[in-house]
Amino acid sequence: MSIGLGHYLSVAAILFTLGILGIFLNRKNVIVILMSIELILLAVNINLVAFSTFMNDIVGQVFALLVLTVAAAEAAIGLAVLVVYFRNRGSIAVEDINLMKG
Amino acid sequence: MIFPALFFYLFAGICVASAVMVIASRNPVHSVLFLILAFVNASGLFILMGAEFLAMLLIVVYVGAVAVLFLFVIMMLDVDFAQLRAGFLEYLPFGLLIGAIFLAELLLVAGGWAINPNIATTITSPIPTGVSNTQALGLVLYTKYIHYFQLSSLVLLVAMIGAIVLTLRHKASVKRQDINVQNARTPALAMEVRKVAVGQGLQDADAGEWVK
Repeated sequence: MSIGLGHYLSVAAILFTLGILGIFLNRKNVIVILMSIELILLAVNINLVAFSTFMNDIVGQVFALLVLTVAAAEAAIGLAVLVVYFRNRGSIAVEDINLMKG
Repeated sequence: MIFPALFFYLFAGICVASAVMVIASRNPVHSVLFLILAFVNASGLFILMGAEFLAMLLIVVYVGAVAVLFLFVIMMLDVDFAQLRAGFLEYLPFGLLIGAIFLAELLLVAGGWAINPNIATTITSPIPTGVSNTQALGLVLYTKYIHYFQLSSLVLLVAMIGAIVLTLRHKASVKRQDINVQNARTPALAMEVRKVAVGQGLQDADAGEWVK
């Protein structure tokens, strides 16, 4: 009953899928979409650390550190954009974000 | 020992369950709290894998900073979240389909891959034995990967400046202290000496602001 690389990869795959699912299910709520992106990045980090441990290579953990940095920066910028958007439009519904007619 | 396996299933189970609750709960505040639970359990998984430094960093950065930022924004914005949730069931079948396809593909990849037997000769920085995880990480992070480290600090700097520039605003109705203007004030700018007739006071039109 030893825990191998496959177990950790499975957990990461499930978390990644839940993140994708969250983006699809909460299509109107930007905050939950941002949280789903955090879940996806967490799954990526688990993958990197699992490979780093089981391949005996420390570089995976260095890369996980950089992913963590980018995730924190992304959350800060995303929430700042959200606050500014709410201030201007009074709503954060995704379907209202159509100023650029994209 | 059975304990590592036991703790793995404990942490992994709670992590996945709370991730489900993050995307399924009605209240975004509950979502953030479940996100915190997921991160704490993921850091437990990191500890099981021997990455103690990253585990502590996950708690400090995510639970201490990012999750609190999420909570702060959710409570600051006055949004009707029940209305935002409408259409959840409408997207459920499609989302489940996409999710099932994704999970099946990922698990097929995870189940079908094989490690190259020569992998031991290609790894770049083997984990040194006899030192702690933090020390091992520092030994490569500050030497071999110093440029990546500094680039990531640049990313954080840009994020900090960007967030401040985006959210800072000056309301015209709020009076602010301006030290330079105060220091540049002279008696000539601040005062006006007038002759006032006895018993009549100031009567011309532009005296209004002085009387006020």
